[in-house]
Amino acid sequence: MATDAKRKAELEEKLRDWVGADAGSCPAPDVVNGQMIRHWCAVMGDSNPVYQDAEAAKNSIHGGIVAPPAMMNAWTMPPFVPPWDDLAAEATDGEQELHQLFEQYGYTGVVGTDHDMEIRRYLRLGDEITASKVVEAISEEKPTPLGLGYFIDVRWIFRDQNDEEVGSLLFRTMRYQPAQEAMPVSSAAVSSVPTRLPPPKGHDNAWWWEGIDRGELLIQKCSACGVLRHPPRPMCGECQSLDWEPEASAGSGTVYSFTVLHHPQVPGYEYPLVVGLIELDEGTRIVANVVGCEPGELQIGLVVEAHIEKVEGGMKLPFFRPAR
Amino acid sequence: MSTTLKDEAAIVGIGQTEFSKNSGRSELQLASEAVAAAIEDAGLRPADIDGMTTFSMDANQEIEVARAVGIGNLTYFGRVEYGGGAAIGVMLQAAMAVATGVADTVVVYRAFNERSGRRYSTGIAEGIVTADLIHWSWYLPFGLLTPASWVAMFTQRYMHEYGCKSRDLAEVAVTTRQHAVNNPNAWFYERPLTVEDHQSSRMICEPLRLFDCCQESDGGAACVVTSIERARDLPHRPAVIRGVAQAAGADQENMTSFYRPSISHRPEMDLVAKQVYAMSGLGPDDIDAAILYDAFTPIVLWQLESFGFCARGEGKDFVMDGNLGVGGRLPTNTNGGQLSEAYIHGMNGISEGVRLIRGDSCNQPEKNDHVLVTGGVGVPTSGMILGQLD
Repeated sequence: MATDAKRKAELEEKLRDWVGADAGSCPAPDVVNGQMIRHWCAVMGDSNPVYQDAEAAKNSIHGGIVAPPAMMNAWTMPPFVPPWDDLAAEATDGEQELHQLFEQYGYTGVVGTDHDMEIRRYLRLGDEITASKVVEAISEEKPTPLGLGYFIDVRWIFRDQNDEEVGSLLFRTMRYQPAQEAMPVSSAAVSSVPTRLPPPKGHDNAWWWEGIDRGELLIQKCSACGVLRHPPRPMCGECQSLDWEPEASAGSGTVYSFTVLHHPQVPGYEYPLVVGLIELDEGTRIVANVVGCEPGELQIGLVVEAHIEKVEGGMKLPFFRPAR
Repeated sequence: MSTTLKDEAAIVGIGQTEFSKNSGRSELQLASEAVAAAIEDAGLRPADIDGMTTFSMDANQEIEVARAVGIGNLTYFGRVEYGGGAAIGVMLQAAMAVATGVADTVVVYRAFNERSGRRYSTGIAEGIVTADLIHWSWYLPFGLLTPASWVAMFTQRYMHEYGCKSRDLAEVAVTTRQHAVNNPNAWFYERPLTVEDHQSSRMICEPLRLFDCCQESDGGAACVVTSIERARDLPHRPAVIRGVAQAAGADQENMTSFYRPSISHRPEMDLVAKQVYAMSGLGPDDIDAAILYDAFTPIVLWQLESFGFCARGEGKDFVMDGNLGVGGRLPTNTNGGQLSEAYIHGMNGISEGVRLIRGDSCNQPEKNDHVLVTGGVGVPTSGMILGQLD
């Protein structure tokens, strides 16, 4: 335990020196050329004439053939060296050194997690591209389903023959200690699309969800004193009566409060996810998703109406939309 | 009955583990380390302990910790419900046990691997208890699953009613961070935060940004409570419990009390304030420093209002006037709080409250006659006022 902590501290000390460090550069082995573009387009099934048809390209806004923008880092990929070749052992740069460091400390797993490309201009035939790499950031150690690991952000900057930046790429990898035991994966998780979590149902709430299934938004009403209550309870807090009846809501109300959820993103929900606290015209409040708002339209006091809709997996839920 | 808990018990020892993102050991070990450290700090031996209490969410049974630490006979053990709301509820339990003679010396603890184990921020999708299921049915299908999302719902309405801005919340985060910068035990030791850092941090649940949310941490903390009489013979200056209380409010839900006439203040915390002031005979003007539960920045404002440090809706003005800093009217969360020291469910706040009374906080204010310490916000909760031995 103590030695583990010591080794971790030692690794992190070394990692600090890596942040901001040069991680090597890769000059493209070939100038931007029609042959590679043709192979790329064939594989991708991209028939846009500006990439291959000189005549069509000349008459386009580009004025000549350009390379597909997503090829940006394909140009600077180092040539393939077969592992049995002696050259393989020598083919190292800063980034590979950093990866070797992680391996020495037991972070033997590696997985690519993010690939964010920014394009400044289209590349033209004859452009000579060089990529330079910088270690932009290394995260703290994080527990992940694969095991404990560090995220490494390497920024590639692509420059042309005039040393002008033509694009950049953020490539994020994670180095991790493979977890001792494989994480249990239920067969359901593998075989089906994740869906929203269904409401647990019991004596005190199943009738309300059955109403939703029939397309009705219900409110519990005390049969003795007439008080409306939501969420439902088995007894009236005002008069202690156990008698109640469902009353159908007209479904109109106003946004009393809301939140827009960004993190964490739970499988089965779409984000950003708007959750509203809606004050129904009958007087009770209810939590539900608000959908169909124009940007900037969502605010406290917005008049909304309920729509009962089926979601992925077949469950029905109330949604609120701005009243039109 | 005229008996009260005023000046009946004192905190005489505190102990904790390091706070981290990955402790590398069991929760039982963390609890045992924190408990043993608290007993040692009190100048006592494990055999002197005859009572134990913790949160109902704690996975370490009293008898397991007792066996590990070498605590012998127990005449009192009990637990308190509702997450971080239990933080001072456990102190009420300990004080009651000591005041009634049910136990002589009680150790209070809380330990978990909340970061490397099950993280609360990932939501309530799994592992929720059956009795709670129906309650959560009103939120699960709509994706309202995390503590941040529930607090965000209250915060949006509060900001709307009182004109509070994200910039006001930033002040809480930045001031609290400043305290952590001076605390070697804090995760954010020597790492300050600017208002710009806060304002540019990513949205978690609007209007809450990343730095409006506390960390997630592994670690444990514990303290020892005994009678005033015994406290006089022990090495440290005791932190006397002047007032201590628990409260749940009308129409209370566990974090989702969205159906009250107003959702912009916390009736349960108002009731805690009323009780601790009545028991101690003190008021807001007597409080020199505070440990206000800070799982999220806006909840600090609501507590300032509940405890009468400012009027309803004026939490933002109180904070923007610099009152939470060491030189301010109410130095608050001087350890860096849960925002910047560690999230140990409020138990690390009790340790800091005791340090403030002893006079050895990393950010020690000059005046330290009385310190307020509170439990979680949005749940049935608790609070106490610590004071000096007369």
